[in-house]
Amino acid sequence: MTHILEVKDLVKHYGDFQAVKGVSFGIAEGEIFSLLGPNGAGKTTTISMLSTLYTPTSGDATIDGHSVTKAPMAVRGVIGVVPQDLALYEDLTARENLVFWGQMYGLSGKALAARVDEVLSQIGLTDKAGNRVKTYSGGMKRRVNIGVGLLHKPKLLFMDEPTVGIDPQSRRAILDTVKDLNKQGMTVLYTTHYMEEAEELSDRVGIIDHGELIAIGTQKELTRQVGESETLVLHVGENDDSEALASALGGVAGVIKAEATDHEVSVICPEAEDVLAGVVTKANERGIKIRSIDIREPNLEAVFLHLTGRALRD
Amino acid sequence: MLKTFLIGLKDVRLAFRDRAALIFMLAAPFVLTLGLGLVTGRFSGNGGSGLSDIPVVIVNLDDGQIGQALVDTFQSADLADLVEPTLGSDPEAARRFIDEDKAAAAIIIPAGFTRSIIPQQSDYTATGSAPEAVQIEVYANPQRPTSAGVIKAIVDEFLSRVEEGRLGGEVSILQMLASGRITAQQAEAAGTAMGQRLQDQPASDTLAIQINSSTQGDEAVQFDALAYIAPGMALMFLMYTVSYGGRSILAERSQGTLPRLLVSPTSSAQILGGKVFGIFLTGVAQMLILIVASSLIFQLKWGDSLGVLILVLAAVFAATGWGMLITATARTTAQVANTGSAVMLIFGALGGSFISLEQMPLPVQMISKITPNAWALDGFTTLGLGGTLIDLVQPIAALLIMGTVLFAVSVVLFGKKDLAQK
Ligand SMILES: Nc1ncnc2c1ncn2[C@@H]1O[C@H](COP(=O)(O)OP(=O)(O)OP(=O)(O)O)[C@@H](O)[C@H]1O
Ligand SMILES: [Mg+2]
Repeated sequence: MTHILEVKDLVKHYGDFQAVKGVSFGIAEGEIFSLLGPNGAGKTTTISMLSTLYTPTSGDATIDGHSVTKAPMAVRGVIGVVPQDLALYEDLTARENLVFWGQMYGLSGKALAARVDEVLSQIGLTDKAGNRVKTYSGGMKRRVNIGVGLLHKPKLLFMDEPTVGIDPQSRRAILDTVKDLNKQGMTVLYTTHYMEEAEELSDRVGIIDHGELIAIGTQKELTRQVGESETLVLHVGENDDSEALASALGGVAGVIKAEATDHEVSVICPEAEDVLAGVVTKANERGIKIRSIDIREPNLEAVFLHLTGRALRD
Repeated sequence: MLKTFLIGLKDVRLAFRDRAALIFMLAAPFVLTLGLGLVTGRFSGNGGSGLSDIPVVIVNLDDGQIGQALVDTFQSADLADLVEPTLGSDPEAARRFIDEDKAAAAIIIPAGFTRSIIPQQSDYTATGSAPEAVQIEVYANPQRPTSAGVIKAIVDEFLSRVEEGRLGGEVSILQMLASGRITAQQAEAAGTAMGQRLQDQPASDTLAIQINSSTQGDEAVQFDALAYIAPGMALMFLMYTVSYGGRSILAERSQGTLPRLLVSPTSSAQILGGKVFGIFLTGVAQMLILIVASSLIFQLKWGDSLGVLILVLAAVFAATGWGMLITATARTTAQVANTGSAVMLIFGALGGSFISLEQMPLPVQMISKITPNAWALDGFTTLGLGGTLIDLVQPIAALLIMGTVLFAVSVVLFGKKDLAQK
């Protein structure tokens, strides 16, 4: 399979701070690839270098055969970018925004008008196209923000956390749009800190943390890293010492690993049923009341926990 | 090139959709012009020209009534606020006085002036025809073009009235003489009476409202208070517009549209060019709207249209240069806004938007040359007094040079900035 994107040892320093520390990966044509990582992991910085906005401190990437450092203009024609923060003119209408950005991508005349109509219907804003963006809800603005990235039918689309801070309905619509686009042949690099989104959308996932790509592969390949294990999530009271419980549970037979987060203790084990009794007993011994227990199949959250010892969301 | 143009158009559209910007760009200068116009009485019919107490030296070598009538005109109560006449006796001394910048103009009424207009009995008996006309000299101070222009306009107005009277009077007197209906003595008496009429009504009723000058062809050119106030205000708020435009460069950076432009196949030169073009277009649109509105609503005559257009383009170009410099040296939009407001007020004051430059001390007049306001206002005044494009060479050249220098400096400063970084 040919790689439309090939990243080689990409590094970005902001002064003394190393935001991205040598990231390498490739994306095959037609793939949806997710970069999954917590806040500050370096997702936006990576995308900014790939989209030629920032110059890498070192390393390079090629997109459709063009180097992002040596032939940025060629790269820009191939890629579409949906930035994490809205980048629109709020005093223009949705249509005016799309027309303007289309012009910046070299579209004009009838082709532009037709393409704007197409994109408006794709993002479900045909009816409201004549209203100024500032009158829109957060979800609608997000959709316009995405629409701008689609105008010139890019081969490779970068979407940087496109669903942050919006209602579940808009989020659903956006995820469906991404899948549609991909079906039509668009390759997508999607960043998120929502495990569910990465799981639903991606063919392959890269897990990024502290500027390093710590795992990469299909979901199956990644969950296999934590073994065929399951995760037991114990919800405890506000005043209970989850840290202490976690370290105590580490000693229970059959438990691979136990980690505390706010009012929750995640216990990774090969078979949840086998350790359940032991876990509850241990909690009782310590006088900690378990309010509820979830049993989770192996997922990316568990992978992240396994690799970093921390939960994906803080 | 096309993208530069499109980015500029987008910015004009955005500026004219921003209510706060519209208030400063259009409403404020309009309301202030109206207000100052009311204060100076432009709308009540007895206003001045925005200028006052223009010092003028009058040397009257004529011993007839018309020379005296002109002196009286300048000394009349109606012109008391506008001019401050001093009488002199030596033309050379008067010219020196002007060369030393002690007054706006000298008026030298030559000997025999009245005689050349109203022939007397002795002239006819001696030659049988009227004596040759002699000219009044207005020796203008080039440092004070506006004031000198006003003085010249008053003299022209006076002369055109004398001319009207002379044509009518002389013809009829000569006809009567020829036909033998009146004697030479009676003719002289009639001529004297005509001179007396001029003296009794020294053209005062219209002079106070507007100064008509009939030097530019047949059409009377007016110079009224608003012809000074309106461009002054428009130019002051032009400085708002350019700093608003500069601010939008930094605003696009923080609102993410600048990075988005930078990852589209558009070069940074096209983007920056587009932003500058947008500032320029917005400024031109603002000026033209204000000019058209004030001509329609206040009946203000801005003068030669081509001259006005070219002067507007040059003034906005220079002002845009200042906007770029302010932006290039600032880090945040708030800094641009603050510096911009300060520059707007300082340039407004220095450039003569509030007080006529001629009434300021010489050092201030010198410093004012760094403002587009002073040069452009000079140009607009020239146009208001009936000048054309040819008379604007100096201000337009100055504005173009100013703009070019400012752009060069700004580009260097912008080059050191990383547009992509937030
Ligand atoms: N311009 C900058 N100057 C200095 N540090 C920066 C800059 N941009 C980002 N950083 C730092 O680099 C790190 C990575 O930031 P980045 O925005 O790439 O993370 P992210 O994965 O996109 O996070 P988020 O999920 O919050 O968007 C963070 O610690 C951030 O504070
Ligand atoms: Mg980010």
